[in-house]
Amino acid sequence: MRFLKKFDYFAILEKSTPLIAVIFALLVGAIVIILIGENPIYVYKVLFSYAIGNRDGWGNVLFRATPLIFTGLAVAFAFRCGLFNIGGEGQMYIGAFLATWVGFTFTNFPAFILIPLCILAAAAGGALWASVPGILKAKTGVHEVIITIMMNWIAASLSFYLALVYKDPATEAMKAAGVKQMIPHTREIAQAARLPRLYNLFKLINIDFPAHNQVNVSLFIAISVAILAYYILWKTNLGYEIRAVGYNPLAAEYGGISVAKNIVLTMVISGAFAGLVGTNEVMGYKYRWRQEIFSGLGFNGIAVALLGKNHPLGVVLAAILFGILNYGGAIVNIFTKGKIPRELIMVLQAVIVIFVVISDEVVRRFIIKRRKMA
Amino acid sequence: MFGEVINADFIASSIRIAIPLALAGLGGAFSERSGVINIALEGMMLTGAFTAVAITNFTLNPWLGILAAIIIGIFLGLIHAITCITFKANQIVSGVAINLFASGITIFFCWLLFNETQIMVKRNLPIWGFPIPKIGEGSAFLRNIIVIFAHHSPLIYFTIIIFILAHFFLFKTPFGLRLRAVGEYPQAADTLGVNIIKMRYIAVLTSGALAGLAGSFLSLEQAHFFVKEISGGRGFIALAAMIFGKWTPLGTAGAALLFGFGEALAIRLQGALAIPVQFINMVPYLLAIFVLVSAIGRAIPPAADGVPYEKEVG
Repeated sequence: MRFLKKFDYFAILEKSTPLIAVIFALLVGAIVIILIGENPIYVYKVLFSYAIGNRDGWGNVLFRATPLIFTGLAVAFAFRCGLFNIGGEGQMYIGAFLATWVGFTFTNFPAFILIPLCILAAAAGGALWASVPGILKAKTGVHEVIITIMMNWIAASLSFYLALVYKDPATEAMKAAGVKQMIPHTREIAQAARLPRLYNLFKLINIDFPAHNQVNVSLFIAISVAILAYYILWKTNLGYEIRAVGYNPLAAEYGGISVAKNIVLTMVISGAFAGLVGTNEVMGYKYRWRQEIFSGLGFNGIAVALLGKNHPLGVVLAAILFGILNYGGAIVNIFTKGKIPRELIMVLQAVIVIFVVISDEVVRRFIIKRRKMA
Repeated sequence: MFGEVINADFIASSIRIAIPLALAGLGGAFSERSGVINIALEGMMLTGAFTAVAITNFTLNPWLGILAAIIIGIFLGLIHAITCITFKANQIVSGVAINLFASGITIFFCWLLFNETQIMVKRNLPIWGFPIPKIGEGSAFLRNIIVIFAHHSPLIYFTIIIFILAHFFLFKTPFGLRLRAVGEYPQAADTLGVNIIKMRYIAVLTSGALAGLAGSFLSLEQAHFFVKEISGGRGFIALAAMIFGKWTPLGTAGAALLFGFGEALAIRLQGALAIPVQFINMVPYLLAIFVLVSAIGRAIPPAADGVPYEKEVG
């Protein structure tokens, strides 16, 4: 009994490191806010009360959390195989672009075909882009971190180019009228390719919800994908192999598991998750491809995965926290008349990551030490 | 056609593109030779680039800007060192975290201090030149070579000196031998009385300083402004150069020059062949992937690269 009690205490301590990290990061944020000359208690009160104090706030938070669930799962899934996929940014660009292309090309398809087709296109684009570093890693051993980063920049240029090729005809008219447009965007996807906003669903069941809120059905896709990731990792042979490779590739290979095959498959699945960001940003929000609506989501996914301890449930919770910070940060920016830049949230996210990394390691060592002593 | 494309101007611009890659790559080499992977070079360059412009504009002295960039690089190096060496955390994760931190903090201060997303450099570095000797008509080639090296930013001359010194330190001094031993076989170095922790700290802080300097070159010399994400993956290209250069200063410099040539050539060819600019922008990244894949099997990292040192107890 005494052993059991002690074990629980350690397990709780181990699981609580993200919480410790978040509290530390909020303290660091408070110091920064004081240095800027604002009251941190007021700022945090505004941040949280607007983000989660009412339905509109929650809708906005979940809308911002949705893409982070996808990109966070992409990083977390790859991490289970010992791979660091920091190419979510590029995979997301390509996936979202492909979804957009399907959406504005097959305009005469009915919704029940076009929507699944667009979702598949988003996943396929991401998977395709992630397969390159996967294959290179499996075949030559070249580190996926550098390749995925390089692929991000290539994807940014490529999708920018494609956006010019498929640019919205209306832009030409705008140009003629002298409206300056620096960033090209594609034409809109078909009505049948659009995901309904949650407002429409709430209306059906007579729940009062603001019509302008952008949270959409993609949220359900994200949660389904989180469940799928959990299922693959812990309930299938493939997941067992992936985790075995992540735990010890040499032992896995010795046990008859193909490391190369699992690396490629993991990257493909991970890339598909990242590509699905397109369902939220394109199919549920802007209805067209425009680079700026995505930028940074892939990188924030890394922070989400680390904070969520690379577990699908943790990723969802971490994404919601980041959704709160992102939306609340925007509100704070307005309330302080721009005195507190929105980028404070980016800094907080990075501080959270560093503290998670350190506290994980400290707690792990502490537990090992205590176990040895016991 | 080659005569039109490859001339003194072209070589000079290749060198200019190569400098930040070489400096950051050298930083990577120092760090990894001691056994610490440093993918935070990107963030260190970015922060260095911002700090250089910010301090230059406040003091109207670019030298102070460069100094500040180096100091901020060392500071980020210190964070990386504390996380990876003292707390023995995952080095890639720490590097990614520092890169995220750098992206956030640079735009944050950009807004806070300048209320803009792009800041112009108010005072440029001088150009250090020496007079070009008169040479007879026949030796245009020789004259071109001299032209390449005659008028440049002081940072280019510093870079050359830094590289010679780095090569000397790493391969000709007891200090360099210890540093390399720490990255190859720390247990053995420890039994000989080398302070592993101290050596790794020195190496990581040095890499931070070099990456910060590289960043200052990007903003003060290459762009003459700072803009969000100005480093554009160059920290990672620098790592590719370091790997291709087999973790040696001279090899890294050579590889960085190769990248410089590649990028300069792409820029030149763009006009000639009417390739969309987006494809030209991909060239450095494609080149990096190509270089990394071709270096496989030839480039072997230090044996203890990326492995935290655990002192054996009892």
